[in-house]
Amino acid sequence: MTDDSLRVLIADDSGTDRLILKRLLKRIGHEVLEAADGIEAVAIFQREQPDIVLLDALMPQMDGMEAARHIKALSGGRMVPLIFLTSLSEAEDLARCLEAGGDDFLTKPYNRVIIEAKIHAFGRMQRMHDTLSRQRDMIHDRNQHLLEEQTIAKRVFDNVAHTGCLDAPNIRYHASPLSIFNGDVLFASPRPDGGMLVFLGDFTGHGLPAAIGAMPVAEIFYGMASKGFGAADILKEINRKLGRILPTGRFCCGAMAEADFKLGQLKVWNGGLPELWLIGSQGEPVACSSRFLPLGILPPERFDSSMETLQARDGDYLLMMTDGLLERQNGEGELFGEAGVRRTFRERREAGHPFEALLEGVEAFSEGARESDDLTLFCLEVSGDTGLAALPESATSSALAGPSEWRCDYEIREQTLGEFSPLPLLLHICMEVPGLRARSGEIYTLLSEIYNNALEHGILALPSEWKHSPDGFEQYYAERQRRLKTVGDHFIRFSLHHTRKPWGGQLRVICEDSGPGFDFSRHPVLGGGERHADWPRYAGRGLFLLKRLTKDITFHGKGNRVEIVYDWKRPVAESDDGAATDPGKQRQ
Amino acid sequence: MTDKPHLDEEALAELQDVMEDEFEVLIQTYVSDSRERIAALKRALEHDDADAFAKTAHSFKGSCINIGAPRLGELCLVAEQAGKSEDLTGADAIIQGIEEEFRTVSEMLGELLVR
Repeated sequence: MTDDSLRVLIADDSGTDRLILKRLLKRIGHEVLEAADGIEAVAIFQREQPDIVLLDALMPQMDGMEAARHIKALSGGRMVPLIFLTSLSEAEDLARCLEAGGDDFLTKPYNRVIIEAKIHAFGRMQRMHDTLSRQRDMIHDRNQHLLEEQTIAKRVFDNVAHTGCLDAPNIRYHASPLSIFNGDVLFASPRPDGGMLVFLGDFTGHGLPAAIGAMPVAEIFYGMASKGFGAADILKEINRKLGRILPTGRFCCGAMAEADFKLGQLKVWNGGLPELWLIGSQGEPVACSSRFLPLGILPPERFDSSMETLQARDGDYLLMMTDGLLERQNGEGELFGEAGVRRTFRERREAGHPFEALLEGVEAFSEGARESDDLTLFCLEVSGDTGLAALPESATSSALAGPSEWRCDYEIREQTLGEFSPLPLLLHICMEVPGLRARSGEIYTLLSEIYNNALEHGILALPSEWKHSPDGFEQYYAERQRRLKTVGDHFIRFSLHHTRKPWGGQLRVICEDSGPGFDFSRHPVLGGGERHADWPRYAGRGLFLLKRLTKDITFHGKGNRVEIVYDWKRPVAESDDGAATDPGKQRQ
Repeated sequence: MTDKPHLDEEALAELQDVMEDEFEVLIQTYVSDSRERIAALKRALEHDDADAFAKTAHSFKGSCINIGAPRLGELCLVAEQAGKSEDLTGADAIIQGIEEEFRTVSEMLGELLVR
């Protein structure tokens, strides 16, 4: 038997005709099953699943027409050619055979050549049908498999990326549930000092290739954000990582925003995304266009993560979006575009939320057009009170492990002062102490307060009152950058010292800088001197904050060495140390 | 009544070629099948069942055409038409004609096998 061999069922009540047909079919290599009437034919069909059925139209018991209907019903999705055997010659009778489900007919007397040709043709058709069905099923299975894989990948991704603080009351966003497979990613994390970091990214391409790069970006973003790294450092790391892992031609358009709600300050970076918008209650909206190449293109030494600093008031909004929004089309095929965004803001009612206005604007524009899912829109309301805990305090299983008696000196100097922030490293060292881990926000605030004072005022001698006017604000940050480039052989030296105490532990931090210092004895808060509005160091809230958080703060020497003492207390129930989570949440 | 030959020599030669050593079985099957059909025609006539008469004649016709007995096939067609028109008045004569022709065909087929 050859590959072309078929199993053919012959149903004919005439033994003579069966014999002839059987012989003809066997001669050309087919296997033959025989039935003498319709009932037998249906039974054999069900049992043997032949490839082709040859049916006599007129048979006792059940005739060919009826048997044909049963067989067609039984064959389901399989294609089983059904050929009527007939000596009928009336056109109408022949037509009835086809109506009953027959695919063709053979008339008596049998012609060997015609029979062979027809069986051969139907066999070929059937193989084609089988191939198509198999491929269709395979495609269906593959697709099903792909969807399952995407769901699992999405679950894994969600565990890595989680929602961060996207559910904060001052955040609103719109993203498709499977936006990751459109290449869109949106992350937000609180900073240890109470600020917030937001990253919106749009990877080139779609599907798994677009999604795969999102994993390391999420890891880097959340990992570094919780350790206190700033936006610029995180961008550098993301760029470096993506440059290494993404194939040529693949990259990630992205924008990062670092919000300091206390200072009313937004630092933004835009590499390839549509304009970011800062929308105030008064005045024109401010746009921040992309000034940099997307992430994953430039080598680390050529990558520029300079942040643009914007001043924002309570109640201002920062809007970020992917180009899915700009690419929405109306019925005429016109794009919404940046013009659409500007128009929406111009026409926005004073009281309206710009997020709502933009979403409604784009929906109204594209009404009747096909709903596209690859649109991500993010809105952050600048608000002093975010209602957030500075960082989710993770329960530590090793509450009692970790170092308690240690000392660490760390000095950064010269141009490194302008290139590198020692804060994440110092915070990381402190976080090795389980008792301090739950207090990362306070520790970060302490360290960053004394570090920034040492750098900006102690070494760079920037007057803090500049920050009080919008013009001075820009001047301050421009000047900061300028002076950092020519910082000379200055240094900042940290000395951290932790000891165990009966109530918990004590962290002493000494920070010394190479600047000229200041006369702390006349400081309005520190000493008893008169209050000066233009006091050069520790003006305003900084010092109050330090005094509130620490047990003790003292200045030494000529005022360029500050020492703080920070006590932490062990919670009453020792076993719960560090696990300051809401018991209601834990139960879930 | 009909000028068709008793046997279609050409068709039979081809059958013989196709069937090879099964040719004898085929002829025997045809002969016994035909006896049964003739009996069935007689039964249908007794019961005055025109439909059964037509159907049996139709099937009989099919095997006659296939085996290469065109004259007998022609007679079966006449019987089938009589059954279809539900007029079995001349059916007796038709059956007699069929029986007679069948005897001739059987004899000729028998000779063919001996040859």
